[in-house]
Amino acid sequence: MKVTFEINGAEKSVDVEARTLVVDLIRTKLGMTGTHIGCDTSNCGACTVLLDGRPVKSCTLLAPMLEGRKVTTVEGLAQGGKLDAIQEGFHAEHGLQCGFCTPGMMLVGKALIEANPHPTEDEIRWGISGNICRCTGYMNIVKAIQHAAAANAAENVAGVA
Amino acid sequence: MFPAAFDYTAPGALDEVLSLLSQHGDDAKVLAGGQSLIPLLKLRFAAPVILVDIGRVDGLEGIRRENGHVRIGARTRHRDVESATELRGTLDVLLDAAPLISDPLIRNMGTVGGSICHADPAGDWGAVMLAVGAEFVVKSASGERVLPAAGFFEGPFTTGLRSDEVMTEIRIPVGSGRSGGTYLKLERKVGDFASVATAVHVVLGGDGRIAAAGIGLCAVGAHSIKATAAEAALVGQAPSDELIAEAARLAGDAAEPKADIRGSAEYKRDVARVFVQRGLHTAINRAQGATA
Amino acid sequence: MAVDTTEAAAAARQAMGGIGVSLARKEDARFLHGQGHYVDDVVLPGMLHMVIVRSPHAHARIKGIDSSAAMAVPGVIAVVTGELLAQHKLAWMPTLSGDTQAVLATDKVRFQGQEVACVIAETKYIAEDAAALVSVDYEPLQAVTTPQQAIAPGAPVIRDEKEGQTDNKIYHWEAGDKEATDAAFARATKVVSLETFYPRCHPSPLETCGCVADLDPVTGNATIYMTSQAPHAHRTLFAIVAGLPEEKIRIISPDLGGGFGNKVPIYPGYVVATAASLLIGRPVKWIEDRTDNLISTGFARDYYMDGSVAIDENGKFIGLRVNLLSDNGAFFADAQPSKFKAGLFHIVTGSYDIPAAHIVANGAYTNKAPGGVAYRCSFRVTEASYFIERLVESAAVELGQDPVTTRLNNFIQPEAFPYTSASGFEYDSGDYPAAMKVALDMLGYDELRKEQAEKRARGELMGIGVASFTEVVGAGKGKDYDIAGLRMFDSAELRIHPTGKGILKLGVKSQGQGHETTFAQIVAEELGIPASDIEVREGDTDNTPFGLGTYASRSTPVGGAATAIVARKLRDKGKLIAAHLFEADVADIEFDHGKYNVKGSPDNVKTIQDIAFAAYTNLPDGLEAGLEGVTYYDPPNMTFPFGTYLVVVDIDKGTGQVKVRRMVAVDDCGVRINPMIVEGQIHGGLTEGFGIAFMELITFDDEGNCIGSNFMDYLIPTAWETPRFELGQTVTPSPHHPIGAKGVGESATVGSPAAYVNAVIDALSHLGITNIDMPITSDKVWAALRSKGVTE
Ligand SMILES: Cc1cc2nc3c(=O)[nH]c(=O)nc-3n(C[C@H](O)[C@H](O)[C@H](O)COP(=O)(O)OP(=O)(O)OC[C@H]3O[C@@H](n4cnc5c(N)ncnc54)[C@H](O)[C@@H]3O)c2cc1C
Ligand code: FES
Ligand code: FES
Repeated sequence: MKVTFEINGAEKSVDVEARTLVVDLIRTKLGMTGTHIGCDTSNCGACTVLLDGRPVKSCTLLAPMLEGRKVTTVEGLAQGGKLDAIQEGFHAEHGLQCGFCTPGMMLVGKALIEANPHPTEDEIRWGISGNICRCTGYMNIVKAIQHAAAANAAENVAGVA
Repeated sequence: MFPAAFDYTAPGALDEVLSLLSQHGDDAKVLAGGQSLIPLLKLRFAAPVILVDIGRVDGLEGIRRENGHVRIGARTRHRDVESATELRGTLDVLLDAAPLISDPLIRNMGTVGGSICHADPAGDWGAVMLAVGAEFVVKSASGERVLPAAGFFEGPFTTGLRSDEVMTEIRIPVGSGRSGGTYLKLERKVGDFASVATAVHVVLGGDGRIAAAGIGLCAVGAHSIKATAAEAALVGQAPSDELIAEAARLAGDAAEPKADIRGSAEYKRDVARVFVQRGLHTAINRAQGATA
Repeated sequence: MAVDTTEAAAAARQAMGGIGVSLARKEDARFLHGQGHYVDDVVLPGMLHMVIVRSPHAHARIKGIDSSAAMAVPGVIAVVTGELLAQHKLAWMPTLSGDTQAVLATDKVRFQGQEVACVIAETKYIAEDAAALVSVDYEPLQAVTTPQQAIAPGAPVIRDEKEGQTDNKIYHWEAGDKEATDAAFARATKVVSLETFYPRCHPSPLETCGCVADLDPVTGNATIYMTSQAPHAHRTLFAIVAGLPEEKIRIISPDLGGGFGNKVPIYPGYVVATAASLLIGRPVKWIEDRTDNLISTGFARDYYMDGSVAIDENGKFIGLRVNLLSDNGAFFADAQPSKFKAGLFHIVTGSYDIPAAHIVANGAYTNKAPGGVAYRCSFRVTEASYFIERLVESAAVELGQDPVTTRLNNFIQPEAFPYTSASGFEYDSGDYPAAMKVALDMLGYDELRKEQAEKRARGELMGIGVASFTEVVGAGKGKDYDIAGLRMFDSAELRIHPTGKGILKLGVKSQGQGHETTFAQIVAEELGIPASDIEVREGDTDNTPFGLGTYASRSTPVGGAATAIVARKLRDKGKLIAAHLFEADVADIEFDHGKYNVKGSPDNVKTIQDIAFAAYTNLPDGLEAGLEGVTYYDPPNMTFPFGTYLVVVDIDKGTGQVKVRRMVAVDDCGVRINPMIVEGQIHGGLTEGFGIAFMELITFDDEGNCIGSNFMDYLIPTAWETPRFELGQTVTPSPHHPIGAKGVGESATVGSPAAYVNAVIDALSHLGITNIDMPITSDKVWAALRSKGVTE
């Protein structure tokens, strides 16, 4: 069946089987491999994308559910060659090791600081608790998100001034 | 893992949904948030012929207060209950339960009605709805029914809902008394279903006595359990430590847990008791602090 | 101005990115953009997809396989069975421990999840649809689910296909000195014993295993992209297993989404995909789903341990005895040095000066998945460290001592290094009391003990756990340590190009440890070429020198040493060129951080970049052109990282829930090349240790059904449960390592489980509770409390 939606700002129309999982649609049909698969039971969050700005698990979404909606993947984070604050944060704070969870973690982190610009450590830990990282022990992921929040805050101050 | 093939449709109007359901009978499945159904499809535990996605039907979302009821659209996401802070003081137990359901990403998709219709014995909303005495509005091509939560849950993944019916709304009566409640959940980690959870909701009368009490138990039986003996023991009484301990003991007795990897039956029963005891203390404290 | 100079020096150092600099990682960029290249991202023209049909039974005879319905599904290309493989002599393959393992079952299935058939189709959706239609006729047999059952008389023989195998015993192995140990126990004034089980757990990296096999039927070239922590060793084993000519095999291990030991063995899926690609003539992709990964690939531990420490009248440990029984599953596939059937378990004397020790190990087959990889651990060091640290805790309780005192009384003293342990290891260096002191100060130990006493008086449960581990990592030397015959050296090839920038190629393989940064930093330190100018390449067997790979924390001890040595070779060659350029004697050339000069004229320098250019443009007569070299480094000894971990827990009496309030980890891994990366490794290890201690578990019911076969049941801690770690350090360089580094990737998984468990036991020991086996779940704690009459 035909499904039309927006991904990273571009409109896409694809012809897929209804049973196609969104993660497979993105990886196989659209060839964007930054969205990963880490489990079969909706537990790990490696497949996280933003659906109309909210993080969801793309392995637990059917392709036709995207009709008319907006999707953001990791490939949509950097704008015009410039890294998003969340990407800068993960780099500066060593928030990634193997990188497999990283796209999901960054998207969740970005949505989190957009909804709550000054999160506490507890709020961050709670906010990323749907995403598993097997490598980092989360310490530096928390710092990475704090780093991005601080950078955004600084930019806003600069923007106002 | 991927689902087996099926047909899919997403009607824009409820009537269309209802007529599709009556046409396809057991071959059709309603799709709401998909956070229980899609995992089942992937495991191929469910293999419907057609999915009827209710995602495009207007009027199924949102939380309103109307005519002595809080009315929650069946397709309201867990996440939207979580942020409905206006319920604090009226329906604490909902606000406490919502953030404990699965994880933040699942909560962005999963719906209250989907969870209730799915009727997982370890699903959190079932116990909450029993505690607050909710009613469920369900519609089919042949009309509307209003089903009380008590009696709705019949067994694991089995309810009083017919296959041609859609749940449209959850109605929770909210009276004028001072009320308080809370939800306590033992989970092994975030994203885990409950090993044991308890929902408690109390209303205090003007005399300070307990005017109404609701206690729901999660994951300690074939379906969500209403601890009626414990509730009855509370009603009309002035709160005291002894009363609470006795009610908690009765609630523990109402549990029908089975041993599994999460623990023995005795363990789960005792945690249910401990949680109801702690929950009642919190609920009564909150109600006593509340202004009617 | 002194300050300026220091700042400038520091800035220069930072820019160079030498040893000790927390350089941000060079490899990050591709991952931040979602451009990491993992095996499932490999797409080749004409590529087919493979799904494995697995046994639902733990033990059953196969009476027949009917694949006709599967073959009839449009888009299905082939269904491969064991029978077909047998025709090509591929139905069985050798394991890393010299046993055999079924690639696809022919006679019997021996564990739930065993590979029975493979469906190959145009898409993975079709392959999965068809896999559900393969019908296998099984005759169920009695399942053996524990090693105790397995070795009991009359148990069904699991490996009845093996000639001469009449029971389920695999090996018997001993280490240490029985007589001396018996003598020590005979004169002991106190003997303290512990019986404990280290349950089966699983590394489960977030990326599962998989491969894309691409065999060109015309040229015979085999390119296999696979999730491999040891691509070179795998190439050789592939040549042996599949009978392919080794020079035609190219293994490419792309970005790995974690490994932790899970990607060390060769799995049936790789072999079938390769064979299928050869037979069909098209590339074949096989990617495990999570259940495949958890039920069939390398698990860890499953170790029953029972032992005692003999103590003299002064509270000194004088002897140690341990009896082990390992559950190896249906095939003996442990990844470990071939002479050591219980891995390096004999490090069990740990940080303590125990003059006599004796270890007896036995292994048994069961109807469970094979594997026995070291989940973030150097070959059973984790089990050993857990055992001794738990036993010392028990000893402290029985001696009525603070567990810190018991440890301080028995530590190997700093002046005793190099120290030869009773089981034969030569510890390179250490200062255990120093690490302990740093940890105690960071925690505020004495204050917390006071708090604990007050809480105990009020009936509240709080515990402080101590563990002072010593690890052994960085195998070989090659003479003593080999895997499947391949000696455990490792390699580095360094090429400095005319512009003074270079490529470093390694035999090891990162799974997230940051090799592209750390190893460039070693070159920066040794040659004075900025780390940003050194590209690090790994994982492609056509383009890297032979090495044994990355596991057992061996990359820095072995691959890192190889890097330093090869850089030093080039530095020395640079001296010859510098001498030529300066028209001076080689003996008079000095080198310091990238600059050559003639003794006595420090201001007239040639940079390493000048020298590199000259190596291709202006050479002395008789000197070979180029600035390249390769080193195969065979370590003279292993390294012995150590540390002290302290954990504080609070326990909820009503539910048995344990909350880790604090976790202080002081590690000594010798010289830290990139401290930021080292700390990241420790965070990860502490988290996996936490998971193992409290939730990660693979277990089986009586029929051999696996419980823990997906992430609903195999619990991995999220950010919410994971404690906040407080890290400290001491630095005791390894005297035999070229840069004094020891390896750190696994210390935290090795050392921390005992610290967590000791904290729980410390909270409960006054009630007479002396042991709870991992994972310490709330129901177990509740049951222990109940058994002592404690309730809310
Ligand atoms: C990893 C994970 C962890 C989870 N943890 C928890 C947890 O801790 N606690 C918990 O309570 N839940 C948990 N869930 C389930 C989650 O809350 C689901 O969102 C919820 O159970 C189902 O809601 P849904 O809207 O997604 O329903 P769907 O998946 O769309 O549907 C579920 C079932 O209900 C039926 N249905 C849905 N809506 C209607 C309707 N309006 N009328 C009639 N029938 C309908 C469907 O036909 C289907 O049979 C978890 C899920 C996952 C994947
Ligand atoms: S792949 Fe694990 S949650 Fe989607
Ligand atoms: S960085 Fe490897 S899983 Fe998070």
